[in-house]
Amino acid sequence: MAEDTTVDAAPDVVDDGVAVTIDGTEVRARKGELLIDAAERHGVYIPRFCYHERMRPVGMCRMCIVEVDTGRGPSLQPSCMLECTPDMVVDTTSEVTRKAQEGVLEFLLVNHPLDCPVCDKGGECPLQDQTMSNGPGESRYIEQKRHLEKPIPISDLVLLDRERCILCDRCTRFASEVAGDPLIHFLHRGNHTEVNTFPDEPFASYFSGNTVQICPVGALTATSYRFKARPWDLTQTESTCQSCSVGCRVAVQASRNEVLRILGVDVDPVNWGWLCDKGRFDFEAINSDERLAAPLVRQGDELAPAGWAQALRQAADALSGALDSGGPVSIGVLGGARLTNEDAYAWTRFAKGVLGTDNCDAQLGDGLPPEVVLGLPRATIDEVCRPGGTVVVVGPDPKEELPVLFLRLRHAVVEAGATLIEVAPARSGISDYATVTLTHRPGEVAEVVRALVGETGQSSDLGGADASAVGRARALLDQADGDVCVVLGRPSVAESADFVTDAASVLQRALPGARFLSALRRSNVHGALDMGLAPGLLPGRVRLEDSGAEFAEAWGAVPATVGLDAHGMLTAAAEGRLSVLVLLGADPLADFPDRHLAERALATVPTIVASDLFLTESSARAHVVLPAAGFAECEGTTTNLEGRVSVLGQKVTPPGTARSDWMIAAELARLMGHDLGLESPAAIWDEICTLAPSHRGVTTDLLRSTDSDAGVLVPLEREEPAPADVDSTDGVAAEDVAEAAVDQAAADDTLEAQAAEAEGVAAAAEQVAAEEAGELAEEAAADGPVEDGAEEAVASRGPATLRFDGIPAVTLAPRDAYSLRLVATRKLYDQGTGVQQSAQLAPLAPGSVLRLNRYDFERLGVEEGSVVRVASARGALRVPVVVDAGVPRGAAAVYVNQPGLAATSLVDAAAAVTEVRVETGIDS
Amino acid sequence: MAVTDAPKMITSRFGRDDAHTLAGYEASGGYQALRKALSMTPEQVHTQVKEASLLGRGGAGFPAGVKWGFCPDGVWPRYIVVNGDESEPGTYKDRMLMERDPHQLIEGVLIAAYAVGCAQAFLYVRGEMALAQERIAAALNEAYAAGYVGKSILGSDFSVDVVLHWGAGAYIVGEETALIESLEGNRGMPRLKPPFFPAAKGLYMQPTIVNNVETLSNVPWIITHGGEAYAGFGAEGSKGTRMFAVSGHVKNPGVYEVEFGVTTFRDLIYAPVYGGGIRSDRQLKAFIPGGASAPWFYEEHLDLPLEKVAVDKAGSMLGSGAVVVMDETTDAVKACLNVVRFFAHESCGKCTPCREGTTWLERILSRIDDGYGRSSDLALLMDVCDNISPGIAWPPKQTTICPLGPSAVSPISSALQRFRPEFEAKVAAATKARADAVAVAVDVRTAVPHG
Ligand SMILES: Cc1cc2nc3c(=O)[nH]c(=O)nc-3n(C[C@H](O)[C@H](O)[C@H](O)COP(=O)(O)O)c2cc1C
Ligand code: SF4
Ligand code: SF4
Ligand code: SF4
Ligand code: FES
Repeated sequence: MAEDTTVDAAPDVVDDGVAVTIDGTEVRARKGELLIDAAERHGVYIPRFCYHERMRPVGMCRMCIVEVDTGRGPSLQPSCMLECTPDMVVDTTSEVTRKAQEGVLEFLLVNHPLDCPVCDKGGECPLQDQTMSNGPGESRYIEQKRHLEKPIPISDLVLLDRERCILCDRCTRFASEVAGDPLIHFLHRGNHTEVNTFPDEPFASYFSGNTVQICPVGALTATSYRFKARPWDLTQTESTCQSCSVGCRVAVQASRNEVLRILGVDVDPVNWGWLCDKGRFDFEAINSDERLAAPLVRQGDELAPAGWAQALRQAADALSGALDSGGPVSIGVLGGARLTNEDAYAWTRFAKGVLGTDNCDAQLGDGLPPEVVLGLPRATIDEVCRPGGTVVVVGPDPKEELPVLFLRLRHAVVEAGATLIEVAPARSGISDYATVTLTHRPGEVAEVVRALVGETGQSSDLGGADASAVGRARALLDQADGDVCVVLGRPSVAESADFVTDAASVLQRALPGARFLSALRRSNVHGALDMGLAPGLLPGRVRLEDSGAEFAEAWGAVPATVGLDAHGMLTAAAEGRLSVLVLLGADPLADFPDRHLAERALATVPTIVASDLFLTESSARAHVVLPAAGFAECEGTTTNLEGRVSVLGQKVTPPGTARSDWMIAAELARLMGHDLGLESPAAIWDEICTLAPSHRGVTTDLLRSTDSDAGVLVPLEREEPAPADVDSTDGVAAEDVAEAAVDQAAADDTLEAQAAEAEGVAAAAEQVAAEEAGELAEEAAADGPVEDGAEEAVASRGPATLRFDGIPAVTLAPRDAYSLRLVATRKLYDQGTGVQQSAQLAPLAPGSVLRLNRYDFERLGVEEGSVVRVASARGALRVPVVVDAGVPRGAAAVYVNQPGLAATSLVDAAAAVTEVRVETGIDS
Repeated sequence: MAVTDAPKMITSRFGRDDAHTLAGYEASGGYQALRKALSMTPEQVHTQVKEASLLGRGGAGFPAGVKWGFCPDGVWPRYIVVNGDESEPGTYKDRMLMERDPHQLIEGVLIAAYAVGCAQAFLYVRGEMALAQERIAAALNEAYAAGYVGKSILGSDFSVDVVLHWGAGAYIVGEETALIESLEGNRGMPRLKPPFFPAAKGLYMQPTIVNNVETLSNVPWIITHGGEAYAGFGAEGSKGTRMFAVSGHVKNPGVYEVEFGVTTFRDLIYAPVYGGGIRSDRQLKAFIPGGASAPWFYEEHLDLPLEKVAVDKAGSMLGSGAVVVMDETTDAVKACLNVVRFFAHESCGKCTPCREGTTWLERILSRIDDGYGRSSDLALLMDVCDNISPGIAWPPKQTTICPLGPSAVSPISSALQRFRPEFEAKVAAATKARADAVAVAVDVRTAVPHG
C-alpha cells in the first residue's frame, strides 16, 4: 500500500516527522500522527476499544491511556487522542499505565455478562483478548449486573445485545460519520446509557453489517452468522467481492466446506475495510439449495439432468452445426461479466479463436461502449476522492449500484473538502453530498454537460436543468483545484447509451486533464472487457483491427469481421439470424433493457447454451444448461472499475459437478477439435500477461506479492496516486494537499529510482521520476491544470491500447409534450440471484413504484399509492404511483431491477428515449 | 471577626426590589460601564480585566483576562458563552445573580464580547431555574428594545446578539465542553481537552470563551472603577470579592459576598452576618469548602482565609463557592454516600471509569450503609477510587475525560481518611450479623430432630 511503502522506503528523504521515545526506544512518528498509531507502527500495540483507524477518535473507552511526559512530568493520556509532539516520552508498561489499564478493563467487565461460551465474538473478541493481556485476573464486583432485554433487532440484519455493549461509540460513529445514516444513538445517561434506535426508526442502512464487524464485543451480531460457528472452526481466504465492480477486498470464512461469513479487509485504495450489506450477506446464495449442481439438457418442455459428457457434446454439436450451416456469425456469446478474468479470457479465445465469431458482449445493453469504458484516461478511486478535488458524477446512483464507492465519495466530500457535481435524471443517494445536482431530462444529459462546460447545445432550456444551478456548477468547475475526475456510467436504461457517450466526449474535450472512473456495475465487467469479451476487441484493450494479426498467430485464427453487441445479437436472434446463443451467466430477460426484444430472441434462437449458477428466467429457456462454479469456489483474478486486478480466493468446492467457465470453454474447444492448452487459472493468467498488451508484466508473482494486497492497477505504467485520506479528522487545507503531493512526488522519486536501478535503467527512470516530481509540485503549487503534454507522455509509455476519441454530438429526439420520459434506475437489493437466494436479503428488495414529481402527479388526480397503468409504445404495466420531489417534471421514474415488475417491458432498445403515458382508472 | 467594609461589587442591588428591571438597573448606575467600555478600545477594556486579575468563578478559578487572550488571532467568528448551568450541590450564587440582577450579567457579557470581538453570545441557563430564565428573557427584551443589545449598540459600530438557551437539567452540562455540545444540540457529554479547548475549538469548532455568570457579573464594576481599583481588594492570589453559598447545618444558610483573603471560613460559618454558627450550637464535624467535588475540611481549617492559593495549598479548593457544613451528628458514611450518589447519577456515561466506577462506588457505599459491608470493602473503595483518580492526590489526576469522575473520589478519600472508624464499625456490625445468622442457621439445623 502506497502509504506504508512511502514511509519505509524514504524515511530520511522527506523527514517531517518527530522523534518520540516509546518504552525507552526513540522512534520517528509522522507529523500529526496519533500516538496509538505511531506506537503500533513501531511494534508497540496499545490496547484499545473505541479507537478505529478509519473513524474520528473519541477517547471514550480510556483503554489506551498510557503515561506520557511532554516535559511537565508523566501524566496519563489517551494515546488515541494524542498527536505525537517532539521529544514526548511514553511509557506503555509503567506501573501507573498498567494499573490504569487494568482498572479500565475491570470497569468494562463489571456490567459485562461474560457469556463468552455462547457469544459469537468469543475467540475473536478484543474484550476477551485484552482482558487476558492487560486485565486483572479476577473481578471484585459482587453486585447485580445491568440487565436489559436481549437481543433486540436494530435492523433487518443486525441484532443488539445491550448487556454486552461496552459503549465504545464505534457503531454509532460508523452510522453517522461513515455511512451517513445516523440512526443508532446513545440513549439515557451515566450507568443507564445504552445504544439503541429510536422507535420506528430502524438502522436501515446499506452498510449496517460493518457495525457487526467493528463492534469490539459480541453486542452486535449478524442474523446470518449468529450461533453458526466459532472463530476457531473457521478458515479463511482473502478474495475480492463479486457483487459489484468496486471490488472490495474481503476475507471469505468457511467451515466444513460452507461459506459462513464475509468480512471486509482494509485496503487503502479501495474499501478501507468497509463492505455494503449486499456484498457482506449475499454469500448465502452460494449455499442455496437451488444452485445448479449438474448439467441439464432439454427434453421437450423439460430440462432433465444429464452428465457433463452428454451436455457438452450436445453443446459442441450445436456449435459445430451452426458453424456448418451459418458460419461463425450465426453464433453469439452473451455475458461474462461475472466470470473471472481467466474464464473470460478462455471464452474470448474459444469464441474468437476457435468459433471465429466476434459476436461477444459481456455487457447486456445496459452499459457503455467499451472504448468509452477502457479508452478514456482512467481515474482511480483515490484520484476521484482526492482531498480538495472536484468530481463530476454522470451516471447511476452510486449508493444503489456501487455502495462502497458511495462511502468513499461521501468521505471525500464530508471529511476531505472535495466538491461533487452531480448530473443525473433524478436525485440520487449522493445528491445530499453534491454541492450541485443538475437534473436533466432523460436523453439530454449531454446537453446539461455542454452547458456545464460552457458550450452551446441544441436544447433551448439546458436539457431541463436549472439555469442558476448550471451557473453555480460551472463556477465550481472553474475554481477546481487540480484536474477534475468524472465518474461515468449509465444512469438509466430507458435512454440510449449514446447520450452518455456524447457527454463523455464533451467532458473529454472541454476538460483536457480530466480522468474518468467507470461506473459500470457488474462485478468483473471491466475484466471481461479487458479480456476482449466485446465486439471488435481482443484481450489487452486492443482492437481486432489493430492487433488481429498478433492474436491470429498466437491463437491460430481471429474473427474476420467485427461482430455484434448484445443489442445486435438479440436482434439477430429475434430475426432468425443466430443459430446458437451462449449465455455466460447472463439473464437477458431480467437485465437487457428491452424485455420484448429479449423475449423474441430467446424464443426464436434454435439453441441456447447457458452456463449459470442458478436456473434463471433466461437459463431456464436454454437447451443445455451447464452448472458453473461461482464466487469462493474458483481461483483466478478479477478486475474492478479502476482496472485494478486482484486475486480471488477459493474457499469451498462448487456444488455437485459444477465447474469453472474456463474449463467449459476448454472442454468445448477440445470436443470441437482444438486444444487450447489451458490447464489452470494460473497458466491462463501467464498467457494473458504475455499476450494482452495492457496486462504485460502483471505476473502471478506480482499479483500474489504482499505489496499487492489491494491488487495491481493495469497497465503497470499507471501510477498509484497519493493516498486520498491524508487526514480524516480535519478538512484538508490546500497547502496540505500541495504538501502531500510534493512529498508523494519526492517519495515516488526514490521508489522509482530504486526499482529502476534494479533493472539497470536507472537513468531513464530517474528522469521520469524527476519530471513527475516536478510536475506534481508544479501542479500543487500553481493549482492550474497540468498541460496536455503530460497526459500524452503518460499515455505514450503504454502499448497502443484502446482510445476513446469522442463522438459527434447526438441529435436530440423531439419532445412529446403529452407524455413523460421514463427514467429506469436500480436499487441495491434486486431481483438478482445473489439477493433473492439469500434469505436475509431477499425481503429487503423494495419492489417498484412509479415516482412522479408533484406537478405531474397532481395532474393524475389520484391518491398516493394507487395503482396506475404506465404504457409506452412497447408495452404496459400496472404499478402504484407516489410523489417524489427528486424526480424532475416531465419524467417518470421506476426501478428496473425489482422482482415482480418487468419495467424493461416498456423500453425499446432501439429508441433514444422511452416515452410513457400514465393512465388512471383502468380496470384491469 | 474580619467582616470587611469592602464594597459589594456584584450584589449591590440585591436590596432593590426592581433591580431586575431596566428602570431599576439604570437608576442604580446600570449600563454606564458599557458606555464607558465603548469609549475605550477593545484592547483597553481587555487590559482593565487583566489588571483586575479577575478569577473565574465557575470552579477552576482561571483568570478571565488571560482566558480572553487565548483566542487565536484572526480566526472568526468567535463566540462568548455564559455558563449559567450552576448545579453543583450547595451552589446557588449564579441563580441569585440571574434572578436579582440580570442586567448586570448582560452588561458584563456585552463588555466581554466587545473586548474579545464576538458578534454573538450565548447565555446557557440551567433547566430548572425558571425564574432566572424568565428574568433574563425579560431583561434581554428590554435591553434589545433600549438599544443595549443588537445592532450598532448605543450608536457605535459594535453589534452583538445574545441568545438565551435553556438547559435540559444535567449537572455535567456545567462542564464547559459538554455545555458547548448541548448548545450545538447534541448529548451533553464533555469533549476531550486537548484538543478541544474551547478558546481554540469551541462552539461549532470556533474560538469560544466560556465564563461563569458570577465571573462576568464582575466586569461592569471593573470597567466602572478600573482594574486597579478592583485588584485593590482581596488577597495576593485572589482579587476582589466573591460570593459564597453557605448551606448545611448552619443557622443562616445563604449567599454572601465577601472580600477574598480577608475573611476566613470561621467568619463565614460563625459570623452573625453570615452563617451565624452551627444549628443548635453543636460541634462542627466537617465542611466542604468549594462544592461537592472538593475534599472536605475540618475544625483545623476554619481559620484559612477565603483565598485560592491558601485553600489549594491546604488540599482542597474554593471551587464553586459552596460551603456545606456538617455538624457532629452527621453520619460520615451516609454523607459520603449522598455525595457519591449525586455524581454517579450525574455521570454522563461517556467514559468507562466514571460511568462504571462511580456507580460501583455508590453501590459499595450503600451496601456498607445498609449493613452488608465486608471487611475488604474499604480497601476496595480506595482502589476503585484509585482507578478513577490515580494516586488519589490533590489536585486530582484522572483516567476519565472530565473531572466529574474524580469528583466522586474526594468525599470517599476525605471521609475514609478522617472517619474510618465509622466505616469500620458498620462493616464490623455487618460481619457480626452475618456470623450470627449463620450460627442461628446452624443451630436450627442441628436442633431439628430426625425422623
Ligand atoms: C463536572 C463539572 C461541572 C461544572 N459545572 C459548572 C457550573 O455549573 N457552572 C460553571 O460556571 N462552571 C462549571 N464548571 C466549570 C466549567 O467547566 C468552566 O471551567 C467554567 O464555566 C469557566 O468559567 P470561569 O472561567 O468563568 O470560571 C464545571 C466543571 C466540571 C468539570
Ligand atoms: S454495540 Fe458494539 S460497537 Fe456499538 S457501542 Fe456497543 S460495544 Fe461499541
Ligand atoms: S460495494 Fe460492491 S464490491 Fe463492495 S461489498 Fe458492496 S457489492 Fe461488494
Ligand atoms: S468523567 Fe464522567 S461525566 Fe466526565 S466524561 Fe467521563 S463519564 Fe462523562
Ligand atoms: S481507544 Fe483510546 S480511549 Fe478508547
